[in-house]
Amino acid sequence: MLYREAGDFKTSYASDNQTFPIRFDRYAYWVVMAVAFLVLPMVMNDYWANSIVVPFMIYVIAALGLNILIGYTGLLSLGTAAFMAVGAYATFKLSTAFPAMPIYLVFILSGLVTSAVGVLFGLPSLKIKGFYLAVATLAAQFFLIWLFTRYGWFFNYSSTGQISMPERSMFGVTITGATASSTAVYFTCLIFTVAMAWLARNLTRGQMGRTWMAIRDMDIAAEIIGVNPLIAKLSSFAVSSFFVGVAGALMFGVYLGAVEAGEAFGINKSFLVLFMVIIGGLGSILGSFLGAAFLVVLPVLLKILLVDNLGWPADLARHLEIMIIGALIIIVLIAEPHGMAALWRTIKEKLRLWPFPH
Amino acid sequence: MLDQPAEGYVTADGRQIGPVVLELKNITLRFGGVEAIKNISFDIREGEIRAIIGPNGAGKSSMMNVISGFYVPQEGEILYKGYKRRKMPPYQVARTGIARTFQNIALFEGMSVLDNIMTGRMNLMKSGFLKQALWWGPASREEDEHREKVEKVIDFLEIQHIRKTPVARLPYGLKKRVELARALAAEPQILLLDEPMAGMNVEEKEDMSRFILDVNDEFGTTIVLIEHDMGVVMDLSDRVVVMDYGKKIGDGTPDEVRNNQDVIDAYLGVAHE
Ligand SMILES: Nc1ncnc2c1ncn2[C@@H]1O[C@H](COP(=O)(O)OP(=O)(O)OP(=O)(O)O)[C@@H](O)[C@H]1O
Ligand SMILES: [Mg+2]
Repeated sequence: MLYREAGDFKTSYASDNQTFPIRFDRYAYWVVMAVAFLVLPMVMNDYWANSIVVPFMIYVIAALGLNILIGYTGLLSLGTAAFMAVGAYATFKLSTAFPAMPIYLVFILSGLVTSAVGVLFGLPSLKIKGFYLAVATLAAQFFLIWLFTRYGWFFNYSSTGQISMPERSMFGVTITGATASSTAVYFTCLIFTVAMAWLARNLTRGQMGRTWMAIRDMDIAAEIIGVNPLIAKLSSFAVSSFFVGVAGALMFGVYLGAVEAGEAFGINKSFLVLFMVIIGGLGSILGSFLGAAFLVVLPVLLKILLVDNLGWPADLARHLEIMIIGALIIIVLIAEPHGMAALWRTIKEKLRLWPFPH
Repeated sequence: MLDQPAEGYVTADGRQIGPVVLELKNITLRFGGVEAIKNISFDIREGEIRAIIGPNGAGKSSMMNVISGFYVPQEGEILYKGYKRRKMPPYQVARTGIARTFQNIALFEGMSVLDNIMTGRMNLMKSGFLKQALWWGPASREEDEHREKVEKVIDFLEIQHIRKTPVARLPYGLKKRVELARALAAEPQILLLDEPMAGMNVEEKEDMSRFILDVNDEFGTTIVLIEHDMGVVMDLSDRVVVMDYGKKIGDGTPDEVRNNQDVIDAYLGVAHE
C-alpha cells in the first residue's frame, strides 16, 4: 500500500470536496505540520533558518499572492516587489506611529493597506489585458519604489533613506528587532504561512476561486453566466496584494530588519516571485510552495556545492544559477505549463494505479 | 399565423404554454455600416420552444446576443415579464434568469466539468467573501447544497463519468453537453441555445434533442433555439422565426413556416430583388 485511493470512497460531497481527498495525502499533511511545528525548531540551526527556511516561508506567501492573480485570474503582474515594499513601508509607518499596536496586527494591517494600493493599480485591468497590463504593473513597480525613496515621510526622514524595524514583542516574546530570537522569527513566519495558505485554499476552492478562473479562461462566457468582471478582477487584485503585502511586511519586519526600497524590492525580486509561480505551477497552491522552495534552495545548494566545495568564484556560481533558472522556465513553459505541481500530480496518478496501469 | 389565446394554451402533446414572457420590438442592430438586424419584432411565450432559423449570416446569433445583453441594439426595445428592460450588462441579464450557450463552445477550459457547472450557479450562491475565506459553516454548507443541485444536472445530462475531467480533454459533443449543463445549473427561466447540435452525429443529435425536450417538459424552461437542421427544428419547436439578411421573413408554427413562400425562396436561394 504505497499510495492508494482505491477503496477510498466518498459518501458525502463535503468529503469529496476536502483539501486532501486521498487519505495518504491527509497523513502526509499532518506529518509535515508536525515536523514544521515540533521537529524543525528543535533541530534547525540559525544558518538554516536564516538562509533557507524563513525566506522560503516568506516567499511562499508572496508566491501564493501572485499565483492568485496570475495563475487563478490570468492577470499578469510585474509589480510584486513594489507591493511587497508597500507592505514593508506600511509596517514601518504603523509600528513607529503606534508603538503599542500588537505586531501581528501590524503585519495584517500592512497587508490590508497593500490590498487597497493593489486595487488602485488593478483598475487598468478592467480595460487592458496581457502585455499591456504587464506594462502597467511594471510602471507601478517603478513608481512606487521611486515614491518610497523620494519622499522622506515614508522613511521618517532618516538620513540613510533606510527604514529599520523597531523592536516589538508580543506576550513577552520579542518578535522583531535585533534581539528577536530565530525561534520567534521562525514561528511568526510559520504561523503566517500556514494561515495564509489555508486562506488561499479556501478562497480558491469555492465560488470566489471559480469566479476568478472563469475570468481567466474566458471572460466573455464568465460575464454571460453572471460574473461581474469588475468585482472578479479587483477582488483578485485585493486578495493577491494582501498576500504580497504581508510577505513584504514579514520580509522587512522579521527577516531583513532594515531595508531600502530600491535595493530590497527592485524589479529583480518581482521576477523572482514570478519565476517561483511559473516553475512551481500556475493556479496551484502546492505549486507556490514547490516554486518557492526550489528557488530559495537552488542558490544555497549551488553555493555549498560549487563555491564552498569546488572553490568556484561566487559570481560564476551566480551566473550558473541564472542560466539554470532561465532554462527551467523555458522548459516549463514549453513542456509543462502547470509546473512542478502538475509533474507531482502526474506522478501521483501513475502511483495510484501502480502496479496495474489499466 | 394561428391565433393563440394571450393567457396561454396547452399543446397537442400536453405541455402548458403561458403568456408572452419576452417581447422584442422593432430591434435594429448595426455594426458600423452593416445592419445585422433590421427592424425585427417577435415574442417568446412562457414554456415554449421557440426556434430562430435562417441561412448563414442571417443575424440569428446577433439576435441571441441582443437578448442576452451582449449587444445593445441601436433601435427598439425589449419587454421582459411585461416591463421594458433597461440597458444592462450581460452579467445582470444573467441575474434576471436568462442563461445561454454559445455557437462556438465557451467553456472554462482550465477547469473541471464539475467546476464549470458549479460556476453556472454563480448567481444563486450567497456566501460573502469572509465566510468563504474562513470556509465557515455556512460557506461549506452552501457549497454542499449547490453541489447536490449540480449533481442532479449531471445525472440529468448523463455526464457522471466525466465529472472530474478537465474540460479541455473532452471531445466536442461532450463539451456541448457540459455547456448545456452549465447553463441549466443556473436554473434559468429562459434558456438560449445557439446551435447546440452543430457538428454532432445523428446519435448525439438525438440525445441533445431529448435533453432539450426534457428540460422544457420537466422544468418548464422557455427555450430559444437556433438550429440549422430543419428536421430537428420542425420536430422540437412550437413556433419558428425565420431570418434572412437581417430581416424577419417568417414567423409561425413549423407547418406555417414550411409553407411560407418567402421562406422557401430564401432557403432555395432565390435571388433577392
Ligand atoms: N461583432 C460583430 N462585428 C461586426 N459584424 C458582425 C459582428 N457580429 C456579427 N456581425 C455580422 O452580422 C451579420 C449576422 O451575423 P450572425 O452571426 O448574427 O449570423 P448568424 O445568422 O448567426 O449566422 P450563422 O448561421 O453563420 O451562425 C453577419 O454579416 C456578421 O458578419
Ligand atoms: Mg450564428
